[in-house]
Amino acid sequence: MDISQIIFLIVATATLISALMVVTTRNLVHGALWLIVALFGVAVVFVLLEAGFIAVVQVVLFIGAIAILIIFAMMLTRRALSDEPHQTNSQWPISALVAAASFVALTGLTSFLPDWQWPSLAASDSAQLSGNLQQLGYALVQPNQFALPFQVASVLLIVALIGAVAVAGEKK
Amino acid sequence: MQIEYVWLIPVPPLLSFFIIWLLTHRSKTLSHTVAVGSIALSWVLSWVTVFNAIGVEHFGEDVIFAGSVPWLPTGDTVLRMGVLVDPLTAVMLFFVPLACLMIFVYSVGYSNYGKPEDSHDLPGNPPHNGVEPMYSRFFCYLSLFAFGMLTLVVADNLLLMFIGWEIMGFCSYALIGFWYGRNYDDPKKITPRQAAVKAFMTTRVGDVVMMLGIVYLYFATTTEQAKEILGANAGTLSFRAMFYNEEFLQYIAAEPSFVAGLSIAALTGILLLVGTVGKSAQFPLHVWLPDAMEGPTPVSAMIHAAAMVSAGVYAMIRLFPVLSAGWHEGDPLTPPMLVLGTIGAFTALFAATIAFTQNDVKKVLAYSTISQLGFMLAALGIGGYVAAAFHLMTHAFFKALLFLGSGSIIHGMEHGMAHAEHGSHSHEHIDPQDMRFMGGLRSKMPWTFWTFLIGGMALSGFPLITAGFWSKDEILLDGWLHAQPVFWTLFIAATLTAFYTTRQLIMVFFGQPRTQAAEHAHESVWTMTAPLVILSFFAITTGWLNIPTEFPGLGSIAHNLGIDHWLGHFVMGTLLPEEVVEGVEPAVEGFIWQPLAASIIAALGGIALGYLVYRNAYKTADDKDPMEFLGPMHTFLQNKYYLDELYHNLFVRPAQWFSETVAYKFLDKSLIDGTLHTVGRTAVTVGNFFKRAEKYTIDNPPIYLSDGFKWVGKSFRVIQTGRVQNYLLIGMLIAVLFGAVYLYQIWAGV
Amino acid sequence: MIPLSWYLTLAAALFAIGLYGVLARRNAVAILMGVELMINAVIINLVAFWRYLQPTGISGQVFAVIVFAVAAAEASVGLALIISIYRRRNSVVAEEMNLLKW
Repeated sequence: MDISQIIFLIVATATLISALMVVTTRNLVHGALWLIVALFGVAVVFVLLEAGFIAVVQVVLFIGAIAILIIFAMMLTRRALSDEPHQTNSQWPISALVAAASFVALTGLTSFLPDWQWPSLAASDSAQLSGNLQQLGYALVQPNQFALPFQVASVLLIVALIGAVAVAGEKK
Repeated sequence: MQIEYVWLIPVPPLLSFFIIWLLTHRSKTLSHTVAVGSIALSWVLSWVTVFNAIGVEHFGEDVIFAGSVPWLPTGDTVLRMGVLVDPLTAVMLFFVPLACLMIFVYSVGYSNYGKPEDSHDLPGNPPHNGVEPMYSRFFCYLSLFAFGMLTLVVADNLLLMFIGWEIMGFCSYALIGFWYGRNYDDPKKITPRQAAVKAFMTTRVGDVVMMLGIVYLYFATTTEQAKEILGANAGTLSFRAMFYNEEFLQYIAAEPSFVAGLSIAALTGILLLVGTVGKSAQFPLHVWLPDAMEGPTPVSAMIHAAAMVSAGVYAMIRLFPVLSAGWHEGDPLTPPMLVLGTIGAFTALFAATIAFTQNDVKKVLAYSTISQLGFMLAALGIGGYVAAAFHLMTHAFFKALLFLGSGSIIHGMEHGMAHAEHGSHSHEHIDPQDMRFMGGLRSKMPWTFWTFLIGGMALSGFPLITAGFWSKDEILLDGWLHAQPVFWTLFIAATLTAFYTTRQLIMVFFGQPRTQAAEHAHESVWTMTAPLVILSFFAITTGWLNIPTEFPGLGSIAHNLGIDHWLGHFVMGTLLPEEVVEGVEPAVEGFIWQPLAASIIAALGGIALGYLVYRNAYKTADDKDPMEFLGPMHTFLQNKYYLDELYHNLFVRPAQWFSETVAYKFLDKSLIDGTLHTVGRTAVTVGNFFKRAEKYTIDNPPIYLSDGFKWVGKSFRVIQTGRVQNYLLIGMLIAVLFGAVYLYQIWAGV
Repeated sequence: MIPLSWYLTLAAALFAIGLYGVLARRNAVAILMGVELMINAVIINLVAFWRYLQPTGISGQVFAVIVFAVAAAEASVGLALIISIYRRRNSVVAEEMNLLKW
């Protein structure tokens, strides 16, 4: 057992436990805070995968923007009364079942593919990683690479921005 | 040239009928102008034709005015329709349009033209003192009547004559029942509606038999032998073709018909004469004529003097060759002649016996007409061709005169009633037509009196100066020479005629007025009295058209003037030379005094008798009639031999029973309606059965189907909860399912 | 060395947990949090595959970056909708939003 494997196990456990807390806690704000912990765990997993930039983006974006946004929404949609007595709806048993089944299905895929050779990391790969930020920057703006998806994504963001403002704006 | 005028003669009244009916019926003045103008036009055309005819030598033998068109092709023969003017037609054309014209002019005054409309006068009832509400309709019907008569007169064949005959039948119905709304309190008194139906029904009986005669005669012209004889004229009903053909007449006289013992001519003759018995009101079909007095007086004059009853006699005269086929001077009479003579003579006496018991001024004249027609038909029956035609003509004039005069009397009485009421004398509810309430009208209505006197004298046969004398004398002469029983019957009838006529004259005009109405009567307007004057002129002078050559004194004067037996000579042209009968060539040389004496005795004696009996009778309206000394006999005669009651019980009531019980209740309601109702009910039952069956087999299955769909839909729609999480759950479920299937396939090594 | 399958298993587990949160939570914001977990699982998968199969290519990372952008857009729009719905109906309970019910 590698040191990295042990670290991975710890981080994975923490992430999963906090994720579980997110979906089961009665207090919504606690849930949001547990979400932040889970997202942090995911960022650490990214680091283990030697994708540093992605990890940072994860922290900045998901935690710094989206989680905060979620907390804001919670605050804005809070009712005068306290929280609901229970937060699960009527179909939770089946949902649990379906979730478990989907987990089994997804992991089963990995077990039932005999012809597929699981790749393993080569040490030499680390040196040729293209985690280089400059390469990423170039890739995003080069017309023969990924400029178009980049532009489309930006349009999407504009649309989302305007849409959110329009939807959530006060009607005069 | 003449033919164009002839067929135009019946046309003006027909046009008048349509014009009044369709265009001018709102305007009284226009209507009567059109009507009177049309009949005047016909009169002018007729007299032009007559005077043309008179001017022709041997008119009838060599020359006639005739024209016809082929009308109805029937196999290899053609029935032709056309007009004919021979001497007999000329005689008819002389008096018929003139009498009709007089009646039309009279009707203007009789219908109170010029008086304002009285709001009390309802249409359908006789007017009291205002103008007749249905003024235009009256002239419309009169015009149609005139058209029918004129058609009959100028017709050249039996069928067209019959058409005119039937038109007049309808018009008599329409005109007798003119005052259709009039009802009486006394149920025994016949209403105009009932009288019209009675007239039509009774004459219909005669007409049906006549039609059989016509058909049979037509058949006789189409047999093989007839076709040989008649040649191109076979299958015809033309008078000239049939009757101016000696061979044909001999054929039908000899050929036996399907009735044993009668030749074709005999059978046809008897059938045809039944039509005249109906139309000319002879016994036993006379019952309609007295009740026809319910119509307005001009109608009575028209029907019973100028037109309809004359048409019956004219038909017989026209058909004389059939009646007398095979008969020559001195032979025993043929069956039709025998029947005709008997019926005529009997009716003459029969009606005269009833006439002197009647109290209604018009009823006396009605029975008088029946009686005089009997005279004519008796004369014809015994071979007196000329006498019958002569009496027909003179009778038309003086009877029309008498009827119109009676209308004037009635109007005078009605005016008297109105004046009496206005003068606040007591309200008398009297019948203005009842002679017992009259009296002394001589001074109140002079014109009416003098003309009525002339007419009455003519009817009685006052010697020498009235036309009736000459024509009646002619008839009696024929009777004396050919059939003594007829002579004596007619002699008694003539005496009675003079008697009841004098009775009427005295009761109406002489003595003192017996009621306030008679007291206040006054003369009628000029449109009523002028025709009376004109007709009385003819009632006097037409007698001198046929003075016998042998007549003492006057006869030689006439001979020198060339007018002795003028009418006889003229009319004889209608018949074949072999048909010449008494009237022209006297069988006996020299003058026969007995008939002349008889007619003078009958006339003067009857007048004297009437004067003696009635001069002091009827001082008041309630006086008994002097003739009531006859006791029960008088009542019997006054009730017209109870014939109406007999017919009612014998024919009318059984017919009513039949139609009510058998035809209506049984056939119509039970049988026909019952069948229909049963079919209907069956259809309804079957329909109901199908309705129920359909409900279960056809209507409901689609409902079941749709209900099934609805149920399926309802069951499935529970998954549409509107909640996203539910949808997502279901989606994930399916996805997991797919994944399981895929994994299984991989695991199973597929 | 951490085998790839561990990463994939982690991602699968995170995905399943997120799925449960989406399906079984009442509050709409909680549902959105479940969606965020699922997105994160996807990104883990993406990056893991990039690292193990195509470490020299750049398209894996670019894909991940685009996914981040999309996730951000989606989160913002979703929350705006929730706020709008809260304004209308004064409730963010997902069960009560059933206008499309038959």
